[in-house]
Amino acid sequence: MKGYNFAYLDEQTKRMIRRGLLKAVAVPGHQVPFGSREMPLPYGWGTGGIQVTASILGAEDVLKVIDQGADDTTNAVSIRRFFARTAGVRTTTATAEATVIQTRHRIPEKQLREDQIIVYQVPQPEPLYRLEPSRVETQRMHGLADYGLMHVKLYEDIARFGQISISYDYPVMVNERYLMSPSPIPAFDNPKMDMMPALQLFGAGREKRIYAIPPWTRVRSLDFVDHPFRAINAPHPCGVCGATDSYLDEIVTDDRGGRLFVCSDTDHCAERREAAT
Amino acid sequence: MAYVAVKGGEQAIDNAHAWLAEERRGDTATPALSVTQIAEQLGRSVDRVMAEGSLYDRELAALAIKQAQGDLIEAAFLLRAYRTTLPRFAHSKPVETATMRIERRVSAIFKDLLGGQVLGPTYDYTHRLLDFGLMEDQVVGAAVGSKVSDETMPRVPDILGQEGLLESDVVSDREPGDLTREPLTFPAERDVRLQALARGDEGFLLGLGYSTQRGYGGSHPFAGEIRMGEVSVEIEPAELGFAIDIGDLVLTECQMVNQFKGSKTVPPQFTRGYGLVFGFGERKAMAMALVDRAMRAAELSEDVTAPAQNIEFVLYHSDNIEATGFVEHLKLPHYVDFQSELQNVRRMREKAE
Amino acid sequence: MTLLSGRGLNLDFGGITALADVDVDLWPGEMLAIVGESGSGKTTLLNVLSGRLAPDAGVVWYRDPNDHRHDVHAMPAPALRTLHRSDWGFVHQDPRQNLRMAVSAGGNVGERLMAQGARHYGDIRGAALDWLAQVEIDANRIDDLPRTFSGGMLQRLQIARTLVTHPRLVFMDEPTGGLDVSVQARLLDLIRSLVARLRIAVVLVTHDIAVARLLAHRIAVMQRGRIVETGLTDQVLDDPRHPYTQLLVSSVLSA
Repeated sequence: MKGYNFAYLDEQTKRMIRRGLLKAVAVPGHQVPFGSREMPLPYGWGTGGIQVTASILGAEDVLKVIDQGADDTTNAVSIRRFFARTAGVRTTTATAEATVIQTRHRIPEKQLREDQIIVYQVPQPEPLYRLEPSRVETQRMHGLADYGLMHVKLYEDIARFGQISISYDYPVMVNERYLMSPSPIPAFDNPKMDMMPALQLFGAGREKRIYAIPPWTRVRSLDFVDHPFRAINAPHPCGVCGATDSYLDEIVTDDRGGRLFVCSDTDHCAERREAAT
Repeated sequence: MAYVAVKGGEQAIDNAHAWLAEERRGDTATPALSVTQIAEQLGRSVDRVMAEGSLYDRELAALAIKQAQGDLIEAAFLLRAYRTTLPRFAHSKPVETATMRIERRVSAIFKDLLGGQVLGPTYDYTHRLLDFGLMEDQVVGAAVGSKVSDETMPRVPDILGQEGLLESDVVSDREPGDLTREPLTFPAERDVRLQALARGDEGFLLGLGYSTQRGYGGSHPFAGEIRMGEVSVEIEPAELGFAIDIGDLVLTECQMVNQFKGSKTVPPQFTRGYGLVFGFGERKAMAMALVDRAMRAAELSEDVTAPAQNIEFVLYHSDNIEATGFVEHLKLPHYVDFQSELQNVRRMREKAE
Repeated sequence: MTLLSGRGLNLDFGGITALADVDVDLWPGEMLAIVGESGSGKTTLLNVLSGRLAPDAGVVWYRDPNDHRHDVHAMPAPALRTLHRSDWGFVHQDPRQNLRMAVSAGGNVGERLMAQGARHYGDIRGAALDWLAQVEIDANRIDDLPRTFSGGMLQRLQIARTLVTHPRLVFMDEPTGGLDVSVQARLLDLIRSLVARLRIAVVLVTHDIAVARLLAHRIAVMQRGRIVETGLTDQVLDDPRHPYTQLLVSSVLSA
C-alpha cells in the first residue's frame, strides 16, 4: 500500500504502543492507558486489537484473524485484508501455522504454543463497568484491590437465580491480584486462559487501554467453593465433525424449530473433518 | 439437508462496496457533485466536519462529505482517520481572537458597544419559508457594504474585566493536554475539557447545553459576545526567532457571562463559559460555552447534580466518532456470546420448571 | 495500654477552630462517649480519630492485635482501608451511607466477609443469617432489598454489616439520630448487649446525654473544639465540674 508505513502505523506510534505493552506484561491484568489513534476502521470494529497487532507484527510473521471463531466472517476478512495490504505478511486460517492470532470473542480450540501471540479485541476493558460507571472510582478500586462490588454481585446472582448468571465476558482474577475482563469470550473459553503457554495481549481502542497476561500465568474465574465456575455450552456434538468438546454455534435450519449445532472454530472443525476422511 | 458453511465473506464485501459506489453516484443522468461545489455551497456542512474531524481543510472536508454521501459523522471519521497519518511538524502560537478580522460580532448584554453590532451573514432574522426559487439557479445580487469590519472591536470580557466584573482568565505556561495523542485521564483540567468539547458532537452538546437552561444545573447565562471571522495562524521556527504567518482560520467564538454568588471574602463576579469552533459554527460554540460553564460547577463550589455538570459523563460521551463506532458495532456478529446466554437461560428455565 | 490515642489534635476550617489541643484515649473493650452541642467538634474529632480527616497538628495512635503502634495518619491508604474493613467499623448516623441500597440484606452483611476472602456461599449466607438474627431482623428478609426496610431496620442492618468481621474498634456517629424514641430504645439496648458481649471498644458521638449515660463507660464533653471535662460517665454526669457540663446536664434534667 503506497504511502503508508509497514502495518499502517508510523514507527513512533508503534513504539508508544509497545511501551504500553511492556508495562502491561509487567503487571498482569492491569489496564494501561495508551494514546489510541483513529484507524481506518471504526471504533468497535477492533481498532485496539489492530493497533496491538500492527505494533508487534514483523515481516516474517504469519497472521490469523478470526471473529466468532471463524476466519471468514466479514469483519475477520476485512481485518485480514487490511494487514495483507499494509504489511504484506503471510496470512493463514490454520491455527497451528499462525505466529500472531487476532481474535474477536473466541479462543481457538487448539492449544496455543509458547511461540504464538494471541491478540484479543476488547470493547469494554473495565470489568466493573456495569456495577460502577465512573472510571475514577474503578481505578481506585483496582489500585486498592477493592473488589467487594463484584463479589457481592456474584452472591446476589446465586441468591436470586440459584447460579452465577454471567455467561460471557466472565470476570477473572489474574495472578491473584487484578480483576480483569477477558473480553466477550464465552465463559466456556475462560479455562483456556489459565496457564496458557502463549502470550495474551488485549487492546481496547475506543477506551484506550491495553492489558496483558504473560505466558504461564494463573487466571482464575471468580466463583464460590460451593458454586464453582461451570462452562456453558450447547449439550450436543458438532453436527459436522462430531466433536463433543468444542464450542458450538446454533444454526436455524428451518421454521419448524430445526436446529444444527456446528463448531464455532472453523479451522478446528475443518481439521477434524479432514482427519476423519 | 447437508449443512454447507456460509462462505464468501470477501465476495460479499466487494459486492457491498460496489453497490455503495453506485448509490453514492446516484442517477448518472444527473451531473456529479464536485468537491468545489460542496466546499463553496455547503459551507455549514464543511465547517461541522472540520470541527468534529479536528482538521482544518475545507477541500478535504468537502471530499469527505462527498465520499460519505452527506453523512457528516462518517465524513468527520474520514478526516480523523486521515489526520492520524499526517506528521506534525510544528505547534502554532495561540491564535488571537482579539484581532480577528470580524465578519460577525454580536452581544446580547449591551445595546451598543464599541464596534457595534455586526450581523454578518446570519440566518437569525430569516423567515423559515422554503424558497422554491432555489430549485433553479438564481442570480444572487452582491451584498451591500463591506463585508469585513475595520473597526476596533474590543472583546466584551475585556470590557467587563476593566471593572473587575468578570473573573479573569487563568494565565498558564503549562503545555496544554492533547486528546489526539494522549488518552483522557482524570482529573481532566479545563484545557482538555475544552478540546474535547471543540471536537465533540454538536447535537450532544446542544442537548446538554439546552438541559442547563431548563434547570439541569443552570448558570443564568448571557451571551456576552459571539464573534466570527478570520484569525492568523503563526508559527515561530527556532531558526528564525520570530513568528511567521502560515495561513488563516475562520473561527467562531462565544463568551457566555454567567452569574456567580460572591462570598464575604470574595466580591461577586460574573463567571465565564467559553466556546470556540472551526468555521461558522455558532450553535456549537454557544452550546460549548454552556457546557464548559456547567462542568466548572465543582470548581466554583456549586452542587454537581446534573448530567452536564458531570465531567466524566460529558467527556466520555461527547466524541461522536467513538460513540457511533460503539453503538453501530452492535451490528457485528455477537452470536457466540448470545449462544452462551441462550444456553444459560434455557438451563435456568429448566430448573425453574 | 490504650487501644487508640489522640494527642495534641488541632484542626482549623477556614478560620473556624474545629479542634483545639485535643487529647483523648480509648481502652480495649470500653465505650467512650463524646458529647456536646452541634458545632462542638465532636463529629470532626470522630473523623480525625478514624483517619477520615487529617488534623493540622497532632497524632492519632492505634495499637493493632500484634501490639504494634501505628500512626493512623501516616499509614498508606491501602493499609488504612484494610483496617476499616476488618479491625475497625464505622456506624453512620444515616445507614444509607454505609449500605448498598440495591443489594440484598444478605449481600450487604456478607460483603466484608467476601472482601476478606470468604469464598463459600453457604457459609457466607449462614453468617448473614446469624447476624440478622443477632440484630433482630427476620431471617426471611435476607434476600430483600434495603429500600423496603424501615429506618430502625436499616440501622440494625448497618450494624450487622459492620460487626460481621468482629472488629475490635467501632466508631459510631449518632447511631440513633433521627429515629423514633421507642425504636431508639430498642436499638440502644441492642448496641449495649452486642458491644458488651463481643468486647468491642467504641467511640460514640452523641448530643444526647441520656444515650451516653445508658451506653458509655467514660465520657468526654466538648465545647467549641475543646474537651472541657472527661471521666467516668456516672461521675461526670452526677457531679459535673465544668460550667458547660453543668449546663448540659441541667438542661437535660429540666427538659
